[in-house]
Parts: sequence; structure tokens; C-alpha cells
Amino acid sequence: MLELQNLSFQVEGQDSNTKEIIKNINLTLEDHTFTAITGPNGGGKSTLAKLIMGIEKPTSGKIIFDGTDITNMDVSERARLGISFAFQQPVRFKGIKVKDLITLASRDKLSTAGACEFLSKVGLCARDYINREVDASLSGGELKRIEIATIIARNTPLSVFDEPEAGIDLWSFSNLIKVFEEMHDKKENSLIIISHQERILNIADEIVVIADGAVKARGKKSDILPELLDTNGGCRFYQ
Amino acid sequence: MDQIQKTLLEEVAGLHEVPSGAYNIRANGESAGRNTTANIDIVTKEDKPGIDIIIKPGTKKESVHIPVVLSQSGLKEMVYNDFFIGEDCDVTIVAGCGIHNSGDQESRHDGIHSFFIGKRSRVKYVEKHYGSGDGRGERIMNPQTIVHMDEDSYMEMETVQIRGVDSTKRSTTADLKDRAKLVITERLMTHGSQYAESDFRVDLNGADSSANLISRAVAKEDSKQLFVAKINGNNRCAGHSECDAIIMDHAQIRAIPEIAANDLDAALIHEAAIGKIAGEQIIKLMTLGLTEAEAEEQIINGFLK
Repeated sequence: MLELQNLSFQVEGQDSNTKEIIKNINLTLEDHTFTAITGPNGGGKSTLAKLIMGIEKPTSGKIIFDGTDITNMDVSERARLGISFAFQQPVRFKGIKVKDLITLASRDKLSTAGACEFLSKVGLCARDYINREVDASLSGGELKRIEIATIIARNTPLSVFDEPEAGIDLWSFSNLIKVFEEMHDKKENSLIIISHQERILNIADEIVVIADGAVKARGKKSDILPELLDTNGGCRFYQ
Repeated sequence: MDQIQKTLLEEVAGLHEVPSGAYNIRANGESAGRNTTANIDIVTKEDKPGIDIIIKPGTKKESVHIPVVLSQSGLKEMVYNDFFIGEDCDVTIVAGCGIHNSGDQESRHDGIHSFFIGKRSRVKYVEKHYGSGDGRGERIMNPQTIVHMDEDSYMEMETVQIRGVDSTKRSTTADLKDRAKLVITERLMTHGSQYAESDFRVDLNGADSSANLISRAVAKEDSKQLFVAKINGNNRCAGHSECDAIIMDHAQIRAIPEIAANDLDAALIHEAAIGKIAGEQIIKLMTLGLTEAEAEEQIINGFLK
């Protein structure tokens, strides 16, 4: 499904020193799997997600999606090929309505009822939201749920979520877990979720720990979770 | 009317057919149709070009359409239209001007619209401007709107100029008595080497009068825009002006909001923001499969909607 081959990403730092954000990552994800990516802040998780979507371009290495080399494809080409991306901090638009955004996402002429179905899944009362603008009048949590609804509406082979739990209240969080479980249970598509939340890590098939720009550990939750949650001796991935 | 004039009419007034209610259609400087109703009279001015629109007190749920179309290259006209709206009315007035210029000479329509709005009356005023034709002659419109609002009256004014007008100087002035309320929404897009100037001046003279001016503008290519809004708070009142603009390519926009409080209880706010389309907005729409150009178009359409 997705293969990252020797993937590296550098940025120009101060005094024209280059800083390596992603260091030679090799990772293969199988079809219809749910992979959780976790690790300390600043470790390169979000950058890795942006490299997969094409928002950032790697300095070196390759990205293969369903057998196609997508390294040089732009964001729209990758989106049309079947990759979705939920932003950690969703974007606001003046004048674009919730319904417009969901309609664009689903690539179909949507009836109001159709758009409502996606909103209900993320716990929003559709009638109250469908005609609202995706602007500053929405709270961070509302915006985040609408963002997730656009990904459900897209229904692509691969969906990447960058910290979907950030800014979501507790009640919605339980619903969010259900959404991910449902997406995964269908076994049609693959999920990559960047998260710090134990409950999300718990429902993943596999956990990848990224720290300091590299894969520090990878495995089933039964192997990785106890290590992550061991607060007594300190986690070896977080040092 | 010929097909070009019919197309213009549809663009500026949304009319496919003769409208219901009162109307006066002006085509190439001459009257091309008029209808009056029991409550709304339209009278040709005798001292200068233009019409008086007289709406009887108590007229409710009626509309007046007064579109102007110019398809003859080189035609220049200056028209005075006065609206006398009685007390306790609730009416919609649709004006608008479309110019098709396929010649080399400048075509120009300057309209001065004066509104006298009676006590407790509600008026919705819609004005659209549109230009077409591939001639080298310029399409110019300089609309002037003067609004006098009596006590407890309400006016909602919506102006739209999205395409094809080479040069515009728009001036809107208003004075408001006690508890009168004015809401103005302007949408403007310029491209090529167009120039647009929009100048608002509102005097909030009455106690508890209020005004809200909202301008959304997009300037593309080499076009230039100037937005000036001045609100004078001369009594206990509330005034708000907002200019929100997207700039693209080599365009230039200047926004000059001014508020003047001449009374301790005048509450006035101005906001002005000019900037290019946020890169993250384009990227978000690209993640939904739109190309960069489609994403820009979607953002601008939404912004000007």
C-alpha cells in the first residue's frame, strides 16, 4: 500500500546549517491496516505525514503508493490517486460553507441528507452546521470534527490523520474512536493516525514510534504499548 | 431589444423576461419599457435625464426594477434617478448597469441615485454592474448613491461588480435620523488593468442610529482598488466598517477606513485586512483533489458569494 524508501527531509536552519527533520526512514505499510504513529513532540511525525501527502517534498528518498512512485507528484495528484489528509489545525475559509467543503470532498453532487450523514458521524447535528461558513465563527473543536467529516466523505484507500484528538472534547473523543473503528472494520481502506492518545494506539494494528526523525520502534501494540506507558523507569523512546 | 441587450439585462437584473411589478428599462439612452403599479409611479424628469420613482406610503412586498443597458460604443450618459419612498413601506429596488462595448470608443454611464426613505420603511436595494465586449473602448461606470433615512427606517444595500468594468468611481453618502439602520454589502472584483474606487461616507445623526459597511474585494492581475469609508458618529449610535480584500498577481489595493466620534456615546469600529490567499487554504483544497487553479477559484467564489 505505502512504502517509504530511504526518506529524508532537511530544512535550512540558522547560519545556513541544515537540520535533518526526517532521517532515512524506511517503512512499508500493508493494505487495509491501521497504523498509529506516536513519539515525542518535535520528533518528525507531522513532517512525515506531510511528506506522504506531498505538502512537503523529501530531500531524498522515494514514496511508493500502490506500486506507483508518487515522490514527484503534487498534493492534488496524490489526492486524486487516493490519499486523504486531516490537518492537525484545520483551515478556515470565509464564504465557504460546511456543505460546500463536504461536497468537494465527496466529489459527488451531495444531497443535504447525504452531507448530513457525514456530519452525524462526527457528532455534529447536521441541521445546525450544514449551512454555516467554515470561518472564525466555528470553535476549534467544531472545525476539527468537520475536518474529520471531510475525510470520511472522501473515503479514499489511504487516510492520514495528524493528531485528530487535539482540540476535541471528551464526549466527542469516544465518538472519534468509534469513527476510526468503523473505518478500520470495513477493511477497505488503510489508516495512518498520528496520536499521543492511548485509546487510539490501543485500536491500531501496529504502532510506529518516531523520535528524532527516525523509526525507534515498530510492532504490535502488545509489544510497544507497555514500554510507552511505563512511567516508572521512563520510556526508552522518549529519552 | 437585441440579444446583447437581453444578456446584459440578465446579468445586471437577473431578468429573462419583463419583470413583474414596476419597472423602467433604459437601453442606449432611451426608455425601452416601463410599467407602473397602483402604488409605484415612475415619472420622467423634465429638467434633466432620469426618472422619479414615487412609492406610496404603506406599500408592502412590491418591487421596482430599473436596469440600464448600453450596447452602443461611445455612448456617454449622466442619469438622475430619485426614489421617494413613503412611510411604512417594505420594498425591493433592483438597479444595475450593463455595458457591452465592442468598439474603440469609451462607453460611460454615470448614475446618481437619491433615496428619500420615509419613517419606518424598509428598503432592499440591489445594484449590479457588469461589462462585456472585446472592443478597445473602455467601459466606465460612476455610480453615486445618496441616501436620506428618516426615523426608524431600514435600508439594506447590496452592490456587486464582478466583471468587465474598466473604471469605476463609486460614491455612497448617507445620513440617518433616530433609530435608522443602514447595512451596506459591497462585492468587487477587478482584473486586467481595471481601476475601482469606492467611497462611503455615513453620518449617524440620529439617536440609536446604526450603520454596518461590509466590503469584500478581490484584485487580480494589474488592477488597482481604493476603498474609503468614513463614518461620523454624531449622536448615541453604532457604526462598523469592514474591508476585507484578497490581492493577487501584481494588483494593488488601498483601504482607508476612518471613524469619527463626535458624541460620547458613539460606538464605532473599523476593520481592514488585505492579503493574498492563505497558502494553507489552497493546500487544504488540493488535498481534496482540486488543482491549484481550481482551489483559488473556489476560494474567491466563496469569498465573494
